Amino acid sequence: MKPIYLDHNATTPVDSEVVDAMLPYLTQYFGNASSAHNFGRDAKVALENARESVASHINCQPSELYFTSGGTESDNIAILGTAQKYKNKKNHLLVGATEHPAILEPAEYLHNKHDFKVGIIPVDKDGFISADTLNELLTDKTFLTSIMLANNETGTIQNLVPLIKAAHAKDALFHTDAVQAIGKIKVDVKALDVDLLSLTAHKIYGPKGIGALFIKEGVRLEPLFYGGSHEKKRRPGTENVAGAVGLAKTLEIAQAAMDDDFKKLTELSDYFILKVQALLPDVYLNGPKRNRVPQTVNLSFQGVEGESLLLGLDLKGVAVSSGSACTSGATEPSHVLQAMGIDKVISQGAIRFSMGRSTTKEQLDYLISVLPEVVNRLRELSPIYNK
Amino acid sequence: MTKKVLVAMSGGVDSSVAAYLLKEQGYEVVGAHMKLWDYVEVGGDIYKDGRCCTIDSITDCRVVCDAIDAPFYVLNMSRHFRDTVIEDFISEYDKGRTPNPCIQCNSNVKWTEFLRKAEELGCDYIATGHYSFVEKNENGRCCIRKGVDVTRDQSYVLWGVSQDALSKTLMPLGGLLKKEVREIAHKYNLRTADKAESREICFVLDDDYHRFLIEMAEKNGKSYEPGEIVHTDGRVLGQHKGTAFYTIGQRKGMGISYPTPLYVQVIDIEKNQVIVGDNDTLFKSELIADSLNWIAVEPQARPFGALVKIRYLHEPSEATVIPQVDGSVRIVFKDSQRAITPGQSVVFYDGDILLGGGLIVR
Repeated sequence: MKPIYLDHNATTPVDSEVVDAMLPYLTQYFGNASSAHNFGRDAKVALENARESVASHINCQPSELYFTSGGTESDNIAILGTAQKYKNKKNHLLVGATEHPAILEPAEYLHNKHDFKVGIIPVDKDGFISADTLNELLTDKTFLTSIMLANNETGTIQNLVPLIKAAHAKDALFHTDAVQAIGKIKVDVKALDVDLLSLTAHKIYGPKGIGALFIKEGVRLEPLFYGGSHEKKRRPGTENVAGAVGLAKTLEIAQAAMDDDFKKLTELSDYFILKVQALLPDVYLNGPKRNRVPQTVNLSFQGVEGESLLLGLDLKGVAVSSGSACTSGATEPSHVLQAMGIDKVISQGAIRFSMGRSTTKEQLDYLISVLPEVVNRLRELSPIYNK
Repeated sequence: MTKKVLVAMSGGVDSSVAAYLLKEQGYEVVGAHMKLWDYVEVGGDIYKDGRCCTIDSITDCRVVCDAIDAPFYVLNMSRHFRDTVIEDFISEYDKGRTPNPCIQCNSNVKWTEFLRKAEELGCDYIATGHYSFVEKNENGRCCIRKGVDVTRDQSYVLWGVSQDALSKTLMPLGGLLKKEVREIAHKYNLRTADKAESREICFVLDDDYHRFLIEMAEKNGKSYEPGEIVHTDGRVLGQHKGTAFYTIGQRKGMGISYPTPLYVQVIDIEKNQVIVGDNDTLFKSELIADSLNWIAVEPQARPFGALVKIRYLHEPSEATVIPQVDGSVRIVFKDSQRAITPGQSVVFYDGDILLGGGLIVR
């Protein structure tokens, strides 16, 4: 059996069409997009065409779109860049409890090293935030609220419009980390009326190392890097032209496939959840049934440690995750599930299955056929599972 | 059917070669690194390299496992390690004893929690890079015999392993010299071949256990009480910074000028005193030990002669082990021994076979 990849929220293979689109910009059109000569012009034109294409995907002006190295960098520029700009007037930052570490850690840094006040916005049992909750936390010192569009662990799609309205009513900027939403659901910065939005290519069959930050016209922030006028001085550094071309192509393909993918993956994920819950007792879905990117299915297997289940499935040739990917490879209890108020024992047994365009019913059937064996063995050995 | 083994990999050359040899012997090998602690928790110099549980060590394990075509995982056991090993380390010092955390780790983490993980993964055995043999003897018990390379003998820290755990343990390096292990690593291009070994306490990164105890105490809102340093003749000679910072036989760091060298004799936590005196009075011919575990023999009721080791770097000495009715043992040495230290382990051997061991009470 070929290994089965169900960790698309960690990263995805690059679509061959994307590779083909990028290749000329690694070899033939290798120029530095900032050079004045012919070689530079070719690269610059490709870069600006890519910018226009990505901008149209999220419905913004090309001048509002800044290429970065990916989600983490975009998030850091959004948080640290606005903090630096507003520090003399406002010192309060609000972030969602279930944000990615790329949001939580810069916020923690601002709190620990620069005396910013950071508020954590609580979520309900499915990961949703209500406008009332946010309203209670906003102050006239709040310069930025950051809440992600789709959650990386549970797939919860946040209803951002009322939250953005609430932040704007208190004169606070609003940033959203759309890394897990982009290319999977429609993202329209005008309809949202959001001020800052982070996206990346590698979660949706694009290359690693390229992403973008949307900065609404008029929003001011300080750069993190200095050393050139690239990206209008907001992100200096020789432009990753091939990456930008790859991102544009990635989104173009995603746009065309979006509705079909969503429908197919909703059917597959519903089928998978139903089958697993029918075969095994004490299995719970973490996150909402609907208003979820269907790629993500987060299930808790009571009485089992997520880490052990992950390893057991890996030995059966199925790649899954028990939280966000981590350098050391060791798993920590998920802050996302804890914030959702999920019982500690249950959240320990959580596994994230993240499906993709190549996921088939046959692959899921294989997984469904090996899951009971692995889960039952772990439950047999478990000191906490009530057999 | 192929037997499956989970190899405990630190990122050093020994466990790398152990994994390689088992693969050669036809086992289905799975490598695993136990993540036992985090810098945030234990403090110290985070840039000091060559220890286990660092990202670099984990990378080394990964590359070695990839080279021998074995899956590799990091197992997070930090909570378990903190609750057993680190807590014990701190509380033993509080009791005026000198702990050996490696023994706690072997008994309460490696041969319990790691073994449980192995079973969860469907493994038949666990394996380590210790230079010892694990064998079954005629009476059906699993025993540990010192390896060929006596300079690398670590049997002293293995006395707490249960029989059940030993029956599921492989130690493929027993028959090799360290030099040969490095040669094998070189021959097969394992990237840990020339890695230096670490011998100090793994979670005290700067080897400064005073710093570690103070930081951990601060985190828990505690502090160490200064008290008197008293000579065995009753005279108060100075002040100590807390009894935890002294160990039996210690000479340096007393901060007292005295015509003859002074050595710590007794740590009296009741009076919060450190008792010092001459080297001569450090020699004792008897000790009492409890928390016994028996390896090669059934729990003993009658006195027997053995070679007895009272610390990691101690030449085993002839003694009689006398079991007591309460389950402890009294040990009477042929020649008196220097600095018998409560909290350290005492281990009994018959030649090169580990009979059992316990913790020194007094």
